[in-house]
Amino acid sequence: MNAATYNFAYLDEQTKRMIRRAILKALAIPGYQVPFAAREMPMPYGWGTGGVQVTAAVIGPGDVLKVIDQGADDTTNAVSIRAFFRKVAGVATTTHTAEATVIQTRHRIPEYPLKEGQILVYQVPIPEPLRFLEPRETETRVMHGLEDYGLMHVKLYEDIAHHGRIATAYAYPVKVAGRYVMDPSPIPKFDNPKMTMSPALQLFGAGREKRIYAVPPYTEVKSLDFEDHPFEVQTFNEPCALCGARNVYLDEVVLDDRGGRMFVCSDTDNCESRRTGTGAQS
Amino acid sequence: MPQTMSLLDASLDGGFGQPVFEAQAAFRLLMDAMARPGSRHRVDADVAAPGLSGPAQATLALTLCDADTPVWCDDAPPALGAWLAFHTGASLTAAPGEAAFAFVGLGGAVPDDLPLGSQDYPDRSATLVIEVRGFGEGERFRLAGPGIDGSCDLAVDGLPEDFAAFRAANRALFPRGLDVVLTAGREIVALPRSTHFIPSEG
Repeated sequence: MNAATYNFAYLDEQTKRMIRRAILKALAIPGYQVPFAAREMPMPYGWGTGGVQVTAAVIGPGDVLKVIDQGADDTTNAVSIRAFFRKVAGVATTTHTAEATVIQTRHRIPEYPLKEGQILVYQVPIPEPLRFLEPRETETRVMHGLEDYGLMHVKLYEDIAHHGRIATAYAYPVKVAGRYVMDPSPIPKFDNPKMTMSPALQLFGAGREKRIYAVPPYTEVKSLDFEDHPFEVQTFNEPCALCGARNVYLDEVVLDDRGGRMFVCSDTDNCESRRTGTGAQS
Repeated sequence: MPQTMSLLDASLDGGFGQPVFEAQAAFRLLMDAMARPGSRHRVDADVAAPGLSGPAQATLALTLCDADTPVWCDDAPPALGAWLAFHTGASLTAAPGEAAFAFVGLGGAVPDDLPLGSQDYPDRSATLVIEVRGFGEGERFRLAGPGIDGSCDLAVDGLPEDFAAFRAANRALFPRGLDVVLTAGREIVALPRSTHFIPSEG
């Protein structure tokens, strides 16, 4: 009953309207970062305040919410955000990708293919893909405005010059609908191919940096590369040690202090579904 | 006195019965419309605003407008200003250049000085809401772009004159430009600036 002391989904209605207007503009200009007046949330920056505000602005009583943190449904961040929305919005929650209507994610895209009507909300720490190349916001604004992305290609080229390959493994820059270069949030580049022409709607919220951006369904999302150094995803030599899945993203788990380690699925829901033979699985 | 009363009545009626949940449902519908340009949606809320064309336009105003968004409306009756103030807190503006939302009635003309955003901040542009007679017949277009799997067809009856030329000019401004929402009674079709608008014969 303590939920009655909050407005539905925690945020006040004017804040929701402001976020909703930003989301609509973000959808109209795919990949462009729309500034918004992010509020303080009852959790620290870095815990997904941007994603939580986007989720709060879109979620309704009929939604089913899934929250993942690095692919896992059972880590602190995921558990506490699920509990937060159960409390302030009274929504149903799930760990199964196929059952969810809204999925808030920190740094992974579920292995099970998303479908039309689902909304994927990314938590974003640093929304500006050019920030580490150009620290001034005024300059990066102009670079986006002029579609001046040469610096990003220089950065990728320097990777090749130093390492013989593009060494960027996460937050790998993408170009959305042939116009804006966008930071896909720190997802492993393994997940980048899932973004393009996805039937699901993808929304990105950065609370500390106060930016919202979006990729509508069926939109081209191209990972930047060169003709002679095409984009590649990570590959793993072994299957998941628990469920035997191949072609999924694996986490390295250190088992002892003598070099023992195992590789297991990062997506806990997919892994559990495969092991128990229940639910939808990829 | 009677006239004052009717103005008051008109401005008090016609809002959401359940503002929190109806606004959420309406926003999801609008978001779906904007994410999938050309798709047809239907609002459920029984709302009406004096001077706005139908339930779809009134729903959009109730869902998105507030004190931060000046509203422009062609031939706005005095009651509309009172209705917006009471239900949303938004103010009417006579200058299209200041508007965040512009509402155009059936057969109305699109004002030519709405904010288009800047190259650095293309989001600072107006959303243009135009009432049409209906969808499914009339002028036919083929749409493509983000949110559309390949291409889709849209037929609209009762568009302003030279709408195809307006759309082409608007698309050429990208990433600046106006986002258009077409309404017909309860129906809504969104045409964000990213959508390519190709006149098709037949």
